[in-house]
Amino acid sequence: MADTLLSAAAPTGLCGSYRPPQEGFDEMCLPNGRIRPHWQYLSEALDRLGPAALHGRVRESRRLIRDNGMTYTLQGDLQGQGDPQGLSRPWELDLIPLLIQSEEWALIERGLMQRAELLNALLLDLYGARRVLRAGLLPPELILAQNSLILACDGIKVARDRPLVLYAADLARLPDGALCVVADRAQAPSGAGYALENRIVLSRVLPSLFRDSHVHRLAGFFRTLRASLRALAPRRALDSLRIVLLTPGPRNEAYFEHAYLANYLGYTLAQGDDLTVRDGALWLRTLNGLERVDVVLRRVDDDWCDPLELRGDSLLGVPGLLQAVRAGNLTLANALGSRILEHPALAAFLPDICRELLGEELQLPSLRTWWCGRPADRSFVLANLSRLHIRRLHPDIRPSCLRGAQLSTQALRELAEAIRANPSAYVAQEEIPGATVPVLGRDALESRRAILRAFLVAEETGYAVMPGGLTRLVSSDSSLGLSNQLGGLSKDTWVLASEPEREETLIPKASVYSPAIRLTSEVSSRVADNLYWIGRYSERAEGLVRLLRIIVLRANDRLNGSGASEQEDCLRLLLQALTQQTLTFPGFIGEGAEARLANPMPELLSLITELPRVGGLPQTLQALVMAAWSVRDRLSADTWRVVDAIDERLRALTEHPVEQLEDTLDALDPLITALVAFGGLTRENMSHSEGWQFLELGRRLERAVNTTTLLAGTLVPHSGEMAEGMLAEAVLGVTDSLIAYRRGYQSGTRVGALLDLVFQDEFNPRSLAFQLDRLEELVRALPRERGCLGRTRADKLALEAASAIRLADIDRLADLPENSQRREALDALLERIAAILPQLSDEITALYFRHEDRPHSLLARRTSR
Amino acid sequence: MKYRITHLTQYDYSEPVSLCHNLAHLKPRTQPGQTCFASQVKVEPTPAVAREYRDFFQNQVKYFALQQAHQQLKVTAVSDVEVRHQPISSAEALRRPWEAVREGLCQDHPEACLLTLDSPYIRIEAALRDYAAPSFPPGRPYLEAIRELNHRIYTDFTYDPNFTEVATPMQEVLEHRRGVCQDFAHVAIGCVRALGLPARYVSGYLETLPPPGSPKLRGADASHAWFAVYLPGEGWVDFDPTNDQMPEEQHITTAVGRDFGDVTPVRGVLYGGGEHSLSVSVDVERLE
Repeated sequence: MADTLLSAAAPTGLCGSYRPPQEGFDEMCLPNGRIRPHWQYLSEALDRLGPAALHGRVRESRRLIRDNGMTYTLQGDLQGQGDPQGLSRPWELDLIPLLIQSEEWALIERGLMQRAELLNALLLDLYGARRVLRAGLLPPELILAQNSLILACDGIKVARDRPLVLYAADLARLPDGALCVVADRAQAPSGAGYALENRIVLSRVLPSLFRDSHVHRLAGFFRTLRASLRALAPRRALDSLRIVLLTPGPRNEAYFEHAYLANYLGYTLAQGDDLTVRDGALWLRTLNGLERVDVVLRRVDDDWCDPLELRGDSLLGVPGLLQAVRAGNLTLANALGSRILEHPALAAFLPDICRELLGEELQLPSLRTWWCGRPADRSFVLANLSRLHIRRLHPDIRPSCLRGAQLSTQALRELAEAIRANPSAYVAQEEIPGATVPVLGRDALESRRAILRAFLVAEETGYAVMPGGLTRLVSSDSSLGLSNQLGGLSKDTWVLASEPEREETLIPKASVYSPAIRLTSEVSSRVADNLYWIGRYSERAEGLVRLLRIIVLRANDRLNGSGASEQEDCLRLLLQALTQQTLTFPGFIGEGAEARLANPMPELLSLITELPRVGGLPQTLQALVMAAWSVRDRLSADTWRVVDAIDERLRALTEHPVEQLEDTLDALDPLITALVAFGGLTRENMSHSEGWQFLELGRRLERAVNTTTLLAGTLVPHSGEMAEGMLAEAVLGVTDSLIAYRRGYQSGTRVGALLDLVFQDEFNPRSLAFQLDRLEELVRALPRERGCLGRTRADKLALEAASAIRLADIDRLADLPENSQRREALDALLERIAAILPQLSDEITALYFRHEDRPHSLLARRTSR
Repeated sequence: MKYRITHLTQYDYSEPVSLCHNLAHLKPRTQPGQTCFASQVKVEPTPAVAREYRDFFQNQVKYFALQQAHQQLKVTAVSDVEVRHQPISSAEALRRPWEAVREGLCQDHPEACLLTLDSPYIRIEAALRDYAAPSFPPGRPYLEAIRELNHRIYTDFTYDPNFTEVATPMQEVLEHRRGVCQDFAHVAIGCVRALGLPARYVSGYLETLPPPGSPKLRGADASHAWFAVYLPGEGWVDFDPTNDQMPEEQHITTAVGRDFGDVTPVRGVLYGGGEHSLSVSVDVERLE
């Protein structure tokens, strides 16, 4: 009866035509081809949607991913590259989630919790009594080899005996459907943030399907994480508790996730040099001085955390960090030394260790693993080389992982030799299994193998498991499952509840939320520095694009038209101003300038399209994107979208460079729009706190510099009335003041009126006076040392520049003495301002961005004879 | 024998150092055959933070941090130590063949097992095994074999302080047969480990008053380094390849480790400082 019903409903539509491979386990389909009951609802819903609507949702998800700036950088991409973003990939999400039933998940959960307890106990033992070594449960030579146990971490007391705060396990199904652990992630497990983002994207793209499927929510996991980290803090003064997320920085492959999680959890995102160890404790450098840090959620691997006791050449860590831990003033999650739990041979010994340490049988088996240091294992491995994965434990030897099935007979023979020569350096594992799952292809569902990364966090007693996780898809011949990299196609993972769950999120509700948790995080001097340069680069880029646009228009006129001498003069001065503004000498000023002036096109195209050209447009845009990426966590989603748009324009400029000058306008116009939008968003959508002040400072200072250079290049030299008229119009164009000018001054362009508007008019947001007034205000509002009442040097510099403009006599500045070719008074004043501005910038840099020198090791010097 | 050891380490910097974190291995160990009954490590300028603890090898480590600007760092360690010769009494131990030492070692003494493996400055290589081989014919008593190895290094290698730096790879030392005490200790340790046996690096001092009629020993007024091998049942037995000796009462042990890197007398990470110069002086005086 049931049979007929099912077959009547079967196999049409998207899901009905899905054909998983005959062999192995498929998540959606039973061996007889029918859809498993817990997939029924989803498959019907997908069929109802139909391919066209589904592809619409795919586009929507891609847009969300792009808008959220969700990226992943494949390791190795960045080697020697100066571009932190250029090679990062948009995150790839398949729309069909992996479904797991509540009952099965309960079993998985139990197994994972036991495993986390076991690994935590093992970690304590290995850095303590080392009972497992003495009991012969683990070969000491494995654990004590270099790059395994970290001697410096031996015997350090760990808060609440919980060195393993976060733990992730990569799970895969064996052909019979049973799950096994393929790899344990214990140093600084990543992926939880991506899992959360996957969920957010999918629940927005398939809202009703998500709602009706009764999916377990993820927010609880992160709430537990936050509670746990607070509970692990060494001090109990909860109102001043500070937790930071330590990232290796924007060049790390999962930097997106670090910034994202820091934001979501309300922690400060810090890099090594934002932190310092003093008085035996860890401190965050902020603009207001040092702030004590109690807990570090670290994403920096063990070795790199402390150049004093671990790798001396690391610039990612904090010297003295381990001493702060040793003194009991700091908790690291996870504790340093936890990389030992990722040792690939460990799996071969876990069942015995579990009996010894927990007095229980290991519930979740590991992928079958053999350590060739054991004679029995060795003979098995040698007899089965061609169907195993072989890992070399020596870190210097590459590749560290070989797949027997891919080796030639000759290579297999050599490998066997190598194993016999040094057996304890080799570990073998079964081929990574994995069930197949349906993936949305172009026209139909395709099957791919899946590995699930599950996440756990310690809580008061035991561990909490994230209900769900990050499902990653591997192509059948890939060994990706063995690496820690997260790139590639992923899926959301739905654990189906029998009852719908209450919606919850970490975004606080005022009434229930403890005010003690700081959601606004401090501005470190590195962040302030980056924001300042975002201000400068965005303004620099905008000014440059505007100037280029006017020049391109004028140059086109010349190509098409009269070539009158005043037009020539005007173009020449603009081109020279361009060289001056971009500091791209010799350009149109130095050696070879005459030839370039006669045919400006190659030089202009070079400035517009060549990335390596310092001072050129692509390089300026890249610097802007890079600075923005470094403070990823400070920018709103909307702002980030604009940064992304700028980045896309940048790629378009350099990857498909225009060849005709007139085509450049099509490339430049949208850039102006994006840059203006960026300026607007940072003004309107960022809190006007200290960080923002630095961005604004940078912007004003840069605009003041640009305007000064432009005026000096165009209005100081005099080249006849006609040319001057054209120049004045160009200046008004570049400074975006043409409309204001026309409204205020009826007749043609006069230098006096022009100066009034772009020089002295305090109400024109493009005028020099306006910039300097704002600068003066901003500088006065900067944080200053306690007890400093008078004017600082920066105050004085800003005041001097602003006053010089306010007091200037426009008529005198505009005046052109008889037979003179230059406006000397204007020149002198502009020069004075041009001299003050860099001094002001230096002063701000020295006061607020002054990083201590990079730490360096005292070279061990031979003192013995 | 009782000694007072004064070990002065002084760094001078061309520019101010704003902050530094340091680790010092300067307090002599108390261990079988040696008692350190008083030891003081004085740091100038006075550090803001100073802590002492024991490391993995049970060495006494001093951590200190200076947080105010300084252009000079002076560390003075004064220690009173008694050293007593502990001859190996068990005839069985003296006769035990070197192969027998290996058996069951890792299981019974996991920490000794660590000292049979590669370490940052000592990579076990075929060249070391080849060099060691002539001293280790099958069945030869362990200590006899080591004594010969010690002697061969003393004879084959030329003491040459200008040849090596701290970072000179051991392969180069082995190839050119030149170096200083640290290098010779590393070579010896590498040879022993190449046979699967544990060996540790020992840093310390050597009393240099020449007994009447004896030649003056090298290593005077400086810190010194040698190595030790593990003899189950007896413990660690020291050998000094630089002087072709089995230390008795003139070697004072400060710290032990896998190699030089574990026991550097003073090391640190600092901010600023520009160029630095280092001066070290060591005095070992007899107390009675």
